[in-house]
Amino acid sequence: MDIRLQSEAFDAGAELNGFTARQDDAGAVVSFTGIVRDVATGLKHMRIEHYPGMTEKAILGIVTEAVDRWELSDALVIHRHGDLAPTEPIMMVATASRHRAAAFAAADFLMDYLKSRAPFWKKEMTTEGNTWVAAKDADEDALGRWTEPRDNDTSQGDR
Amino acid sequence: MDILYFAWVRERIGLPKETVETDATTVNALVDELCAKEERYAAAFADISALRVAVDQELSDFDAPLDGVREVAFFPPMTGG
Repeated sequence: MDIRLQSEAFDAGAELNGFTARQDDAGAVVSFTGIVRDVATGLKHMRIEHYPGMTEKAILGIVTEAVDRWELSDALVIHRHGDLAPTEPIMMVATASRHRAAAFAAADFLMDYLKSRAPFWKKEMTTEGNTWVAAKDADEDALGRWTEPRDNDTSQGDR
Repeated sequence: MDILYFAWVRERIGLPKETVETDATTVNALVDELCAKEERYAAAFADISALRVAVDQELSDFDAPLDGVREVAFFPPMTGG
C-alpha cells in the first residue's frame, strides 16, 4: 500500500506507470484521477482543507478495508491539500488485483469512501467570491452500496 | 480537552482550535456548553444535523460519551475525492 497526503502537484501518468511496474502478480490495474474542474465562474483555485492526524488514519482505514475485502495485491492513494489550480489533479487511486472485477470494485469503493469519510473540505475561490463545496446526498447514499447485501458481490468469487 | 473546528464551522466560530475545561459527559452536552458561551457558537451549532463530529479523530455521534476523550472536532460533511 502506498498512501500519500501532500500539497505538491503530481504526475498521474507517471504515478500509474510506477504503480503498474511494481506489480508482478496482478493481472489488472484500475486507476481514477480527480481533477479540479473549471466550473465556477472565474475559478482562481480550489482550496482543500483537511484534519491533520485524522486524515492519515481515515485514509489508512479505508485502504486497508479495500485491500482486505477484495484481496488486492496493492493499492495507491494520493490526495492533495492546499491551493490547487484549475485542471490540476486533486487525487488519484489505483488498485491492483489478479482479475479486473475486484480492481474496479475496490477503486469504486475507495472513491466513495474518500469522498465522504476522509476529512477533507473543498472551497472554491472565484473572482465572484469564495464558497464551500456542499456535500451531496447522493455521495452519502453511495456508501450504502457497500453495506447492503449485494447480488454481484465481487469480494466473493471471481478468482 | 482540545476542541477543533474545520471549514465553515471554523470560520463561523472564528478559531481553528481551543482548549476548554469541561464536565460535559457527552458531545451534545459539550455543544450546549459551547453555545451558552457566545452567540457565534450558537450560530455555528444552530443545526447540528448539518454537522459531523469526530471524537479522538474517529467519526462519531453527538450522543457519544466524552469519558477519557482528549480531542473533539466539529465540521461540515466531508467533501474529499
